[in-house]
Amino acid sequence: MANAEPRWLRWALTGIALAFLFLFLALPLLAVFGEALAGGWRAFFAALKDREALSAIGLTLFIALFVLPFNVVIGVAAAWAIAKFDFRGKSLLITLIDLPFAVSPVVVGLVFLLIFGAQGLFGPWLSAHDIKVVFAVPGMVLVTLFITFPFVARELIPLMQAQGKDEEEAAISLGATGWQMFRRVTLPNIKWGLLYGVILANARAMGEFGAVSVVSGHIRGETNTLPLHVEILYNEYNAVGAFASASVLALLALVTLVAKTLVEWQMRKETEMLDTALTPEKVDQESETRP
Amino acid sequence: MKRVLPGFGLSLGCTLVYLSLLILLPLSGLAFKSSSLDLSQFWNIASGERALASYRVTFGASLLAAMINAVFGLIVAWVLVRYSFPGKRLLDSLVDLPFALPTAVAGITLATLYAGNGWIGRHLEPIGIKVAFTPLGIVVALTFISLPFVVRTLQPVIEDIEPEIEEAAASLGASRLQTFLRVIFPGIFPALLTGFTLAFSRAIGEYGSVIFIAGNMPLISEITPLLIISKLEQYDVVGATALACVMLVISFVLLLGVNALQWWTANRHHGTERVSL
Amino acid sequence: MSRLIRDFLLGLVVAGAVAASVPAFAESSLLNVSYDVARDFYKDYNPMFQKHWKAKTGEAVELKQSHAGSSKQVRAVADGLEADVVTMNQASDVDFLVEKGLVIKDYAKKFPNNASPYTSTMVFIVRKGNPKALQDWPDLVKPGVQVILPHPKSTGNGRYSYLAAWGFALKQPGGNDKTAQEFVSKLLRNAPLFAAGGRDATTTFMQRKIGDVLISFESEAELIAKEFGKGEFDVVYPSLSILTEFPVAIVEKVVDKRGTRKLAQEYLDYLWSKEGQENAAQNYLRPRDAELLKKFAAQFPAIKTFTVDEVFGGWPKAYPAHFKDGGTFDQIYQSK
Repeated sequence: MANAEPRWLRWALTGIALAFLFLFLALPLLAVFGEALAGGWRAFFAALKDREALSAIGLTLFIALFVLPFNVVIGVAAAWAIAKFDFRGKSLLITLIDLPFAVSPVVVGLVFLLIFGAQGLFGPWLSAHDIKVVFAVPGMVLVTLFITFPFVARELIPLMQAQGKDEEEAAISLGATGWQMFRRVTLPNIKWGLLYGVILANARAMGEFGAVSVVSGHIRGETNTLPLHVEILYNEYNAVGAFASASVLALLALVTLVAKTLVEWQMRKETEMLDTALTPEKVDQESETRP
Repeated sequence: MKRVLPGFGLSLGCTLVYLSLLILLPLSGLAFKSSSLDLSQFWNIASGERALASYRVTFGASLLAAMINAVFGLIVAWVLVRYSFPGKRLLDSLVDLPFALPTAVAGITLATLYAGNGWIGRHLEPIGIKVAFTPLGIVVALTFISLPFVVRTLQPVIEDIEPEIEEAAASLGASRLQTFLRVIFPGIFPALLTGFTLAFSRAIGEYGSVIFIAGNMPLISEITPLLIISKLEQYDVVGATALACVMLVISFVLLLGVNALQWWTANRHHGTERVSL
Repeated sequence: MSRLIRDFLLGLVVAGAVAASVPAFAESSLLNVSYDVARDFYKDYNPMFQKHWKAKTGEAVELKQSHAGSSKQVRAVADGLEADVVTMNQASDVDFLVEKGLVIKDYAKKFPNNASPYTSTMVFIVRKGNPKALQDWPDLVKPGVQVILPHPKSTGNGRYSYLAAWGFALKQPGGNDKTAQEFVSKLLRNAPLFAAGGRDATTTFMQRKIGDVLISFESEAELIAKEFGKGEFDVVYPSLSILTEFPVAIVEKVVDKRGTRKLAQEYLDYLWSKEGQENAAQNYLRPRDAELLKKFAAQFPAIKTFTVDEVFGGWPKAYPAHFKDGGTFDQIYQSK
């Protein structure tokens, strides 16, 4: 093939990538699993069967699943507006979307306390109506929404921008409704970016510690997420329990990737079927879009 | 040309409402709280010797970490999309782990690996490189926690490059390097810059993993979030918000600059494309 | 594809239902907000108290625990975490709640012994066999000795370690604030790093093998033995150290709102009962009960101690003087 790197370069690049990933990812992960299994498999599973550990796993999954649809809808909406249209203040808007990344997790928790805490802006009103936001699940969800907000949009913007808007414009000029255009043209084009965004947001939602820690209240069996549970166990000199829980988090992150692989596989099957059916038309379509 | 595509008002409206409620409203609490300081008090907190040193450490280490990630992240993304080798899937799935591991676990683990008797530290220390409990340790931790950004922003874009373009370039006599520099790189540059920006901004705010490996010596390896925490420990919420505001403003300006630069390059690139057509 | 989405939505609904049903409980409950290493103590104490309360009133009670860094916890209580009682490891933390009007001003008089049911002290953990022969505080400031301690400005352990060294220097012949500051500054120069917390300091010392001596709570030495093995280190008692108190208090606003005052009072009172005191001793915390202290004498060697009140005039004075911005800790690092 003309458009491939020479073999030596391919090997070299692969080698560099592998070395980098090994040093920065695989080794720390191995160390985590090593610590988790330091007391043998029995201790590992005993740590996970603990009632508090189970409730922490449940809460972590609940929060991650709850924030996901919000992130998808708003992320796609933001990326659509930014990548497909020109308007004033676009850089400002993108920067505002980036902002949650730049705010230290500690500060994120703090700002929610400043608003919803007992001494905060809405605190007196909330406590008069007996509504609990911070130190309860709603506050933890809000904080997680805050920190995961940028992921989907940020993943989609460069992708949609690189794709341009010719295809969508063609669909509309051929009489498609907005929704049809979105489903048939846009969504298939952005599916990978969307998926990566969701996976990242999901991993971050499950792993977040600093911000959630501030608004959680650490009530055992009630407002403890898995990362908080990990820290508590570690501070209590239960390293095996702590690292076992941490490795569960790592495994949970892998679950989303298995889902990704499944989706990928299914889609490839679908496109293969479509391709065989649509090959002759593709040529027409191309000549149509180029007036 | 008038706008052809639908949904501009709807999508922008949704975004702005959500952004205001979830992001801007809470952040306004920060400005509100620190406004109880007068300007000279604010200045004293923001420009103390320790604070200035911590900005240098925080922003310097973050910049370095983001640059490491930009270079290696590009290579990793390229290799993961273009080449195939055994275990590729597994490696691909590992990339997200820095997000899933609680930052404290990452910090503790990295400190253990890079300490003088750790798996990595024991090979580095004899040649005079101390990582754990030095500013270098901060760079390592920040590189770890921001690693997914560059790889994951580049992956979909590289997947999207149409092979026809490269083939055309090659058939017109371009060498592989020329094709990469002239054809491929401009296309992925906006995404690379995005990844870099995200990695950088994430690194600036990081606290949980860094404090375990930094050593936390005043003036040498003390990061700004640690100063914020120690203000909170003194129940000095106003002082903490003042420092948080400073960080926020610096990050905001930096991000704005990078984003503006990115749109400028992207538009120029698109412009040339249109002309050549 | 659509099936995937349907299954996913189903999962979401189930997860939501599970989470919504979690906080539903009927029996009366009490939330104890505490510092992080107190878990083992209350894990044993809570079932004892439940039994006691049942025998006394015939009611079952649910006891909920929250553990994290001490000052972080009281900030949460001030911001609305509904704790009926707080059990902390530093009076300055409870003082903050007094300032916010959540705890009455003379809380320390509402219970015996300064409202601290047990005490501990700061000791030295050294390498096995004590190869550098570190016996007392002056040995720690010698050149070439590496001292591990948590960050004095952001952790409770760190603050106690700092004040222990300061108090020791102050009590030496000719000691004054100036010599004390010099002494502490020498000690801090021997610290290669400031750990993120008590536990992190332990990991750094035990697992990463950094430093010659770790300054730690006496009660934590036992936890260290549990994690890393008993024969791995020696405990050295200095000639003079600080008495660390662990104050408890009722959060007035919350018990009034929730109607749990009687329960909260009994919960804390019971800490001074024979069972409560014995539980403290078993968790390597020095009980207030003189008889029990004698019984567990092998575990608690005699050591001369001073309190924060005696030497520093109480936390309200010690805190701003040493740990607020511009205090002695900051001065040590500015004079460089």
